[in-house]
Amino acid sequence: MAEIILKTENLGISFGGLKAAEDVNLEIVKGDMYGLIGPNGAGKTTVFNLITGVYKPTFGKVFLCGKDITGESQMNVNKLGVARTFQNIRLFNNMSVIKNVMVGLANNPDYKCNIAQSIFRTPEFMRTEIAMREHAKKLLEVFGLLEERNQLAYNLPYGKQRKLEIARALATNPKLLLLDEPAAGMNPHETEELMETIKFVRKDFDMTILLIEHDMKLVSGICDKLTVLNFGHELCKGETKEVLNNPEVIKAYLGDEN
Amino acid sequence: MNGFIRYFSAVKARFKLKNYLTYFIFLAFILIFAPLGLTGSLKMSTEFMLEQIGYSIVAAISLSLVVGFLGELSLGHAGFMSIGAMVGALLQNKLYPSLSASSPFLALVIAMIVGGLAAAVFGFIIGLPALRLKGDYLAIVTLAFCQIVQTIFEQLPFFGGTLGIANAARYSSHKLFIVIFVVALISLVAINNFIKSKHGRAVMAIRDNEIAARAMGVNVSFNKIFVFVFSSFIAGIAGVLMAASKNTVAANAFTYNYSIDILVMVVLGGMGNINGSIVAATLITVLNISLNNVFTGSMAAIKNIVYALVLILIVIYTNAPGLKSFREKHGFGVYWSKFTAKIVKLFSKKELKQDPAKEKEFGADWSKVPTKVEMDAILSTDLTPDKSYVSDKPAPDGKTDGSGKGDK
Repeated sequence: MAEIILKTENLGISFGGLKAAEDVNLEIVKGDMYGLIGPNGAGKTTVFNLITGVYKPTFGKVFLCGKDITGESQMNVNKLGVARTFQNIRLFNNMSVIKNVMVGLANNPDYKCNIAQSIFRTPEFMRTEIAMREHAKKLLEVFGLLEERNQLAYNLPYGKQRKLEIARALATNPKLLLLDEPAAGMNPHETEELMETIKFVRKDFDMTILLIEHDMKLVSGICDKLTVLNFGHELCKGETKEVLNNPEVIKAYLGDEN
Repeated sequence: MNGFIRYFSAVKARFKLKNYLTYFIFLAFILIFAPLGLTGSLKMSTEFMLEQIGYSIVAAISLSLVVGFLGELSLGHAGFMSIGAMVGALLQNKLYPSLSASSPFLALVIAMIVGGLAAAVFGFIIGLPALRLKGDYLAIVTLAFCQIVQTIFEQLPFFGGTLGIANAARYSSHKLFIVIFVVALISLVAINNFIKSKHGRAVMAIRDNEIAARAMGVNVSFNKIFVFVFSSFIAGIAGVLMAASKNTVAANAFTYNYSIDILVMVVLGGMGNINGSIVAATLITVLNISLNNVFTGSMAAIKNIVYALVLILIVIYTNAPGLKSFREKHGFGVYWSKFTAKIVKLFSKKELKQDPAKEKEFGADWSKVPTKVEMDAILSTDLTPDKSYVSDKPAPDGKTDGSGKGDK
């Protein structure tokens, strides 16, 4: 039996009387490409925010590799091995591309260096700084961003900003990568390219990925398993093909015949 | 020993003159003025001006850390300076009479450290609300802090009340401005080193996008508080230096207006641009002093009007969109980059790797974005490796062919 990376038990949150998510049970096994889909306002991003510690869950628990991470701060969740991207791209716009990635690398135990060492530029600082830069260059090369490394992140075209966001998330050395609508605002060609990128990340980085997506072509193209949310509840889950042919799901997306 | 050799070879391999030019200019400045000061051939007024420039630079770069790099507006920087100044002056006056008399320089150094630490404690206290507050609200908190500090110092007889502390035991000599400039250089190096490390990058990440920074595992609380502590430590040192150049240190020298003066230096120098802050601090101090000299006596009221007008003109010049093309030719940044390029060329045997024309090719430039018609032409053309691009459109000036290929 493969190792379970992420498990949520009856996860839910209520804002006042509104239950934005309730009884969400995800179980993601190592190496999975897991999709979380649902109509607008179904609570997909809320689930992401509950997992990454943006919101504290009102009910339920989150386990990462068997360890309870319910209610941890965003920083700790990231350090424990969950990295995410955002629905609307959130890069560090006024920093260069390579520095964006290096922010992600900072918590890596190989590059330990305290503030005093930085201010006095000790040999330890020089060593970690050079190593970080090389590491960041390698990551950028993998994503085809090496040429643009000294540009401001703001100046990159949209597709490359998405790639940079994924590269930055991978720089934190996660066990689980959460992608929040990576194909939002992309044309079919860019989506295809993104699909290749995600497949490649999964294979080459041996990454477990949970993604939210609206683009059914992308979902059916890359996801193994799906969970469908509707009004904060799980509608159904299972293998991609079964789920997408489920009449309930089709009803939730396209509406009833009446 | 081996480690040291490796360290220096690593430093040498990555050494770029461009990054260290400000330090060398600073050093050159000190080396030029130090002999003049030591021999006593400078006028008192010139010395005073240099001292004022020096501590303004220290104050401006310390505020630049909060405003330009952390991205929080602080209107209370004079408060930190006054804490440093008061504590430093008190220390030099009362607690170390024997030391101040025998070795005023050592007393000044101790005062700088203690004054800086005292200011840093308050920086920590102000840093705490900064975790919850943002923008205007934090600005009001810092403004209130500045007023409270000023009022408390004015009410406490221990600090001399409104009259302030008669700064009898200060380090007063012709060498003071050299000390101030050396301290300025050291704090500049410290701030630059901080900014160019992973901690500095974390701070800038918080400025650019706090939510993303958190999600990338940046310790936002720690970094925010540390920036406030670091910045106020250096501001406290600036306060001690300011006190050292004056006969009396009174709390009313550190009003809200003075905070704004420092903020103006940072804003005019450009947010997140330390070298700009240094230049702006120098220019504004010189402007202030020369206006003081021109408008004396009954004309003194005009001074503020002229000062404000000059500031407005500078802001218009640096920000007005209409002057953009003029700025691109004659802006300060242009001259600075030309100057650095020249200096670097002077000292390096190698040819310059970076070629401005090439750089422009990669940068975002709206002028090279193809129009709809051009784009259609580009997209409709079938490109195969062995078939060179031929535009459908007749070339108007014969160069469409080349540019089309470049765009593809």
